[in-house]
Amino acid sequence: MAFISSGYNVDKPMEDRISDIGPRKYDEFYPPVIASNKGKWLYHEILKPGVLVHVAESGDKVFTVRCGGARLMSTGLILEICDIADKYCDGYVRWTTRNNIEFMTDDESKVEPLVQDLESRKFPGGSYKFPVGGTGAGVTNIVHTQGWVHCHTPATDASGPVKATMDALFDDFKDHRLPAQLRVSLACCLNMCGAVHCSDIAILGYHRKPPMLDHEYVDKMCEIPLAIAACPTAAIKPAKVESASGEKLKSVAVNNDRCMFCGNCYTMCPAMPLADQEGDGIVLMAGGKVSNRISAPKFSKVVVAFIPNEPPLWPKTTEVIKKMVEAYSAGANKYERLGEWAERIGWERFFEKCELEFTHHLIDDFRDPAYFTWRQTSQFKF
Amino acid sequence: MKHETPMLDQLEAGPWPSFVSDLKQQAEKRAKNEEGIDFQIPQDVVEDLLGVLELSFKDGETHWKHGGIVGVFGYGGGVIGRYCDQPEQFPGVAHFHTMRVNQPGGKFYKTEFLRDLCKLWDFRGSGLTNMHGSTGDIVFLGTTTPQLEEIFYEMTHKLNQDLGGSGSNLRTPSDCIGQARCEWACYDTQALCYDLTNEYQDELHRPAFPYKFKFKFDGCPNCCVASIARSDLSFIGTWRDDIKIDQEAVQAYIGGEFPPNGGSHSGRDWGPFSIEKEVIDLCPTNCMWMDGGKLKIDNKECTRCMHCICVMPRALRIGDDRGVSIFAGAKAPILDGAQMGSLIVPFIKAEPPYTEIKENVIEPIWDWWMEEGKNRERLGELMKRQGLQKLLEVCGFDPDPRMVQEPRSNPYIFWKEEEVTGGWERDVDAFRKKHQR
Repeated sequence: MAFISSGYNVDKPMEDRISDIGPRKYDEFYPPVIASNKGKWLYHEILKPGVLVHVAESGDKVFTVRCGGARLMSTGLILEICDIADKYCDGYVRWTTRNNIEFMTDDESKVEPLVQDLESRKFPGGSYKFPVGGTGAGVTNIVHTQGWVHCHTPATDASGPVKATMDALFDDFKDHRLPAQLRVSLACCLNMCGAVHCSDIAILGYHRKPPMLDHEYVDKMCEIPLAIAACPTAAIKPAKVESASGEKLKSVAVNNDRCMFCGNCYTMCPAMPLADQEGDGIVLMAGGKVSNRISAPKFSKVVVAFIPNEPPLWPKTTEVIKKMVEAYSAGANKYERLGEWAERIGWERFFEKCELEFTHHLIDDFRDPAYFTWRQTSQFKF
Repeated sequence: MKHETPMLDQLEAGPWPSFVSDLKQQAEKRAKNEEGIDFQIPQDVVEDLLGVLELSFKDGETHWKHGGIVGVFGYGGGVIGRYCDQPEQFPGVAHFHTMRVNQPGGKFYKTEFLRDLCKLWDFRGSGLTNMHGSTGDIVFLGTTTPQLEEIFYEMTHKLNQDLGGSGSNLRTPSDCIGQARCEWACYDTQALCYDLTNEYQDELHRPAFPYKFKFKFDGCPNCCVASIARSDLSFIGTWRDDIKIDQEAVQAYIGGEFPPNGGSHSGRDWGPFSIEKEVIDLCPTNCMWMDGGKLKIDNKECTRCMHCICVMPRALRIGDDRGVSIFAGAKAPILDGAQMGSLIVPFIKAEPPYTEIKENVIEPIWDWWMEEGKNRERLGELMKRQGLQKLLEVCGFDPDPRMVQEPRSNPYIFWKEEEVTGGWERDVDAFRKKHQR
């Protein structure tokens, strides 16, 4: 493994340097039918789950075949996607915001062979490489974060629970039987890189033990004032401690009763780790959405306070999710999102229908907005 | 394989694409190296990644340390340092840094470009990616420090491609598919996203902000990129004239010739389409009705929720006087709870060169936030701390009832001295002449 230079001169970093050029321009990569009809689309139709047609004013049509994929993806698989795109789509392909892959063609005769080809490709372990679906009133791909594959603060894995959940919801990825679209998201800690707080169903990793203090290293590895300032509940204060060898150390003390386990201190100070096999697990949230359709965007609400991490298949998590999806499917009106259904029938009824236990953890006690979530009317259901 | 992975192996079964199978294939491909690549990072990097992931599955805890300060010369973002906390067991991933690569608008690609990216990443990195990260970037997952400058050099010199944002700077902006393939896009999301990304390259690469700052661009109120939930400034397409109606197409929906909602509900028998039940009764403002077989809309009362347009895409179309609404301050829960974007500009035209958006909205907000924002305080938190009024003041916007859900229900108004006739300076002796102690 000999080092091969790109031409970069480490002694003269500014020599021939190119910077601040931004991304490649979007229209370099438009398929011709997209380029010539941009801004002039008339309507679209989902021909079957995973297959769409968009019709332009010119009469041109573009057919899109959408398929799922893991967001963690190798170059080997990307090259396979390139081969498919070269074969059927003149070398064009795109991804959606929710990690789906879209193949587009203006030639209707290519659609069925493309679908067949995608569905025929499987990994040696048996899973589909490119399952077609993810459209309309069904479940589409999960947006998620890094988890144990690549992050320093997660309270759960991401790719693992996502795979397990999508296996459980797979039929709804390929169907249009639900009352409306159902968006599932996962964030592996409450930093929520995946912004799961407005999803129909959100899977959230959560810590439950306050940070440990690696006193010998707090002052060496961290800016103590930043660690203190990072705490949203002011639970951290400066402290002087004595090491085993009698050395006086500058460190911090944590008021554990005030800790909300956000891990923000750990982000600022690596000498305050809080990950713990028994402490960490999953919170389930439900009823959020980002669309302004019919009702305003909504935050997801916590409906299950804690489920232990159960790698590799997270069976309890997927079981509860499946139960919520079935209750929603049976109870909601056409076009009604999960949160709109829960609000119409009342959250007390939601817990009953989904067979979920209501515990004190689910009553908000975090600052002013908490009060607005308590019931201030005599209208409720028995 | 170098490591046994009995737990991960269980994730190879089931129908959904298995990342474990993909990683194993990639590990084998690197081991065989049929193309004779002179790998610049350990050949068994993917095997060690599987190994460390299996260990996390066993331990229920991550094995990655905090990022160190790594990056490319002159940039403060785009690279996230990552080190394994078990480097002896897994030397291939001892140093495993992430690079964020600024994705093209709409995530459209030509395979030629993707192949070039893959070639570079197989040669100088792990060959593992995220397509794409949550913010939108192509994420290159795992390389060593000496490769960072080399990758950046090749990317900029050969691929005409730059890195994305990380840290306390402008994060890589992202957009929906927009007018490229959607009849509902009220402005060119990709054009605005690209223009602002390039205009603010300095802010994107060189952290000068109190914390992260995100722009996202949704073409219509359906919000497919979730801008209203996760961007400090959210640009949502809208219109202020009338929804265009094709009455013949309305009849075709009523007659069952066209499937409602573009065929999205085909998996269940919901019974025959009813325009009353499925459109008119669900309109949140009750501004629609049938009149002698014709669909009528009182457009002045419409709040553009998109429902009727979504249900009957061939009959109803967005208006022609189009622009964007701008929302400020959305963020995930850290630190002070989640916030949705709040409306600060009900309507503004979104046409190049977008001067008004830049000079009257973005830049005054940044100036205020950089002056007043505390370390790691998002815009939304500053807005909560100092009030929406303050933001309107720094931007010079007139208050508008559209900006609030409802007016305040407490009268605790922080009057300014100049708003009160005669000011606040008074003579207590003069007061006492009229009022005994």
